[in-house]
Amino acid sequence: MADPDLPPAKDAPAPATEPAPTDTGAAVPVVAERGATPPPTGVLGILVRHQAIVVPILAVVLAFAIGAILIRAQGFNPTYAYEVLFTHSFATESGLLATMQKTTPLILVGLAVAIPLKVGLFNIGGQGQLMAGGIGAAWASYALRDLPAALIVVVAVVVAVLLGAMWASIAALLKTTRGVHEVISTIMLNSIAVGLIDWLVNGGPLSDKGQPFPTSHAVPEGARLLPFLKLIPWGLPVALLLSVVVAWMLKRTTLGFELQTVGRNKFAAGYAGIGTTKATLVAMALSGGLAGLAGAFELLQIEPYRYQNGIAGSLGFDGITIALLARGNPLGTIPAAVLVGAMRAGAPTLQFQLGIRPEVVDVLLAITLLMVSLPVIAKLIFRRHATKQTQLAGSWGA
Amino acid sequence: MSEHTAYTEGPKVPARGERETLLEIDGLSKSFGTVHANKDISLRVDRGEIVALLGENGAGKSTLVKQIFGLMTPDSGTIRIKGDTARIKDPKDAIRRGIGMVHQHFQLVPVMTVAENLMLGHESTKGGVLDLEGARQMVRELSARHKLSVDPDAEVEDLPVGTQQRVEILKALSRQVDLLILDEPTAVLTPQETDELLGVMRELASGGTSIVFITHKLREVLAAADRCYVLRQGEVVGGVDDLTHTTTSDLASMMVGRDVVLRIDKAEATPGDTVLSIKGLKVKDDRGLPAVDGFDLDVRAGEIVGLAGVEGNGQRELVESIAGMRPSVAGSVHLGSKDITKSNARDTNNAGVGHVPEDREKHGLVGGYSIADNLVLNRYDEEPFAKGFIRDFGAVRNHAVTLREEFDIRSPNVEAPAGSLSGGNKQKVVVAREMSAKPQLLMAAQPTRGVDVGSIEFIHRRIVDARDAGAAVLLVSAELDEILSLSDRIAVIHDGRVVAELPGKGADRTEIGRLMAGDSDAGSDSHSPSH
Repeated sequence: MADPDLPPAKDAPAPATEPAPTDTGAAVPVVAERGATPPPTGVLGILVRHQAIVVPILAVVLAFAIGAILIRAQGFNPTYAYEVLFTHSFATESGLLATMQKTTPLILVGLAVAIPLKVGLFNIGGQGQLMAGGIGAAWASYALRDLPAALIVVVAVVVAVLLGAMWASIAALLKTTRGVHEVISTIMLNSIAVGLIDWLVNGGPLSDKGQPFPTSHAVPEGARLLPFLKLIPWGLPVALLLSVVVAWMLKRTTLGFELQTVGRNKFAAGYAGIGTTKATLVAMALSGGLAGLAGAFELLQIEPYRYQNGIAGSLGFDGITIALLARGNPLGTIPAAVLVGAMRAGAPTLQFQLGIRPEVVDVLLAITLLMVSLPVIAKLIFRRHATKQTQLAGSWGA
Repeated sequence: MSEHTAYTEGPKVPARGERETLLEIDGLSKSFGTVHANKDISLRVDRGEIVALLGENGAGKSTLVKQIFGLMTPDSGTIRIKGDTARIKDPKDAIRRGIGMVHQHFQLVPVMTVAENLMLGHESTKGGVLDLEGARQMVRELSARHKLSVDPDAEVEDLPVGTQQRVEILKALSRQVDLLILDEPTAVLTPQETDELLGVMRELASGGTSIVFITHKLREVLAAADRCYVLRQGEVVGGVDDLTHTTTSDLASMMVGRDVVLRIDKAEATPGDTVLSIKGLKVKDDRGLPAVDGFDLDVRAGEIVGLAGVEGNGQRELVESIAGMRPSVAGSVHLGSKDITKSNARDTNNAGVGHVPEDREKHGLVGGYSIADNLVLNRYDEEPFAKGFIRDFGAVRNHAVTLREEFDIRSPNVEAPAGSLSGGNKQKVVVAREMSAKPQLLMAAQPTRGVDVGSIEFIHRRIVDARDAGAAVLLVSAELDEILSLSDRIAVIHDGRVVAELPGKGADRTEIGRLMAGDSDAGSDSHSPSH
């Protein structure tokens, strides 16, 4: 075998002090050797490049197709059913208002899931955070009932945001101090919120004992947020604005850079002096605040202006569908929330007009969620053309 | 796993020329879009020989072996295995035909034991239950036969990298391979582990297994290979059938098409004031065991101090501790007069410490971010890259355009994701970022690991330039050649402390090697490769 000692290249010529090997460099492919897959061409290429849009649309279309079968099985014409659903949601005055009222909290809870996703956290606790915000607003508006209406609204909103943020922060703190996985803790906090609020409004300190059913006191009349021009719920522009602000924050601000760096590579974040702890706390507090705000709007702008059982419906969980449908893009939560909002708003009509059980909408949303949350599906479709992140390293028989 | 008893038992190696041709490639080409990754490649591998594929990053070596292993399909040309020209459909097909591959990134399940990993994919059962005892037995047999000692019951995640690689090799061998492909097998290894691996390779070859190994380390080619092919820009530009009279310089010239200076020209150092002063530093490793144990070292302005040592002697923990990424338990680190012992990563950086981290993929870069964003990874919130809390993309871009030019980062533009670059260019991004801040102390850990020869030279030149500009440089490297060619002063680390300091000029390899090994032999479960 060769001499293991490297000859020190004594005959090394001097010109090599010029560093840039321009003579060899020009044609060296810039693409890394490993993991480099050729960009697909043709129709598939277009689909792959626009995955962010293609996948959610495909998910929705598939969900509606499966939904059609279910509606058909109940003996109805699916095309007609969908027509009724969306005609009501978008083309009638009351339906459109309902759609916008549903859309408002949905955008916010969508954001509440989307922001932590950027940090690599999965916030399942939008529901609990929303409920915490709602009950906070109920308490504040009743406690301050003698103050001017505008002040009540402002304080109620602030309290809701803070309580939502606090509720989410519990999960964040458990994560940063004890390493508790946020999915577990947020799910548990949802249940805790349900139990706690049940007690509060059912004979507890916040319950309106003059009512025959468990409920909080009603928001004072002046502080109720009636639709602007009888058409647009106050919360909607706020939610729209906030999704733009969140998108801007993530893209343009140093905080956004920090959050995304932690989400993409926490080791590099540590190297760059960006604290994972801070990012976790900030992201969760922000999302909790947004979900709490959604709770405030649910209380302040929707009849009966009281916090009672079931007020939150499944809003918090719809937020997960919305965020995944939007692929974590804050602006994408808007169309996603409009779609879900319209479906939720139109669901009762299905029953009134056609006698179709409104739960079909739940099924549609569930299927949509299943579709968007299964990267496997995207992988099946895009197979080897998948981006490097989703692609598993080729192994034995891969 | 009874099938393994059928493994070819050390046959006599026929003389050259009489050997069976195992693999023959003829006119193979593969393009990605307009880039010719492989162009008209022809080569041959006979039974029982070790063939090196040598080339810079991006030369097309990995693409070539991926086609042999069925991970990619050639555009044209033939791959003949034992005379059979049928297309290799996928890795399973390749394995069936006696080809095994050890990837650079191991394909092991960390939480499983060695035996479990080996049986993965072809599990055998006894009465409906996994036959773990059989798998253990198989590991022991294979270990003994190939002198690759591995504990079958050890969990893979607890094993050092070199041993994990052995598991990978055993895994391939358990599939009865005739041809073993090793993709940059030494990139992740310590010098000691590398020597062991080369020994193992020779052992396997003498037992009749052919080996194709990818590398860009010239010395390994000379140390282990029978023959070598040199690839450049997708083509075979040269080959050496008899390596006995070849020197590393010959190979290097073939690789880059010109003579590479392996020993860099640099002026005499003119050390100034002490910049970095480490006293009695103690740092624990991830398992809570002492890794750095009473470390003392001074680095002065205008000098390069090379820290030589076998990997795993506390270098990583030392560097991370200085950089503020890992707390120390005792001792002090001063930068000039400033105590940075307890500073976090950011404050340390701001105080004037540039840090080229050992693992650029893990710590140095965010692969999904653009080159431009990576170039401000630890300064994104400072002027001029941000005004207040709002980032200034114009400034970030301009910064990147300048550095891309200055540091010869080869990419289509500065918006390209850093993850898409080749190893050498990734490293240039990290080096550019750290050097552009004009640090008082530049800490470079394994700055040229997995980097092509052209980039190595470039990065070395930059390190010397930084020194000449007055920076103190602490170079940590497992490559003794790198230490020897760059250092003005060499410190040898063993068991977490400096065991010797000597001048860089005229330093003796063997002497340093002896110091690196410490007094007792540093081998754990090592074996000495027999010839």
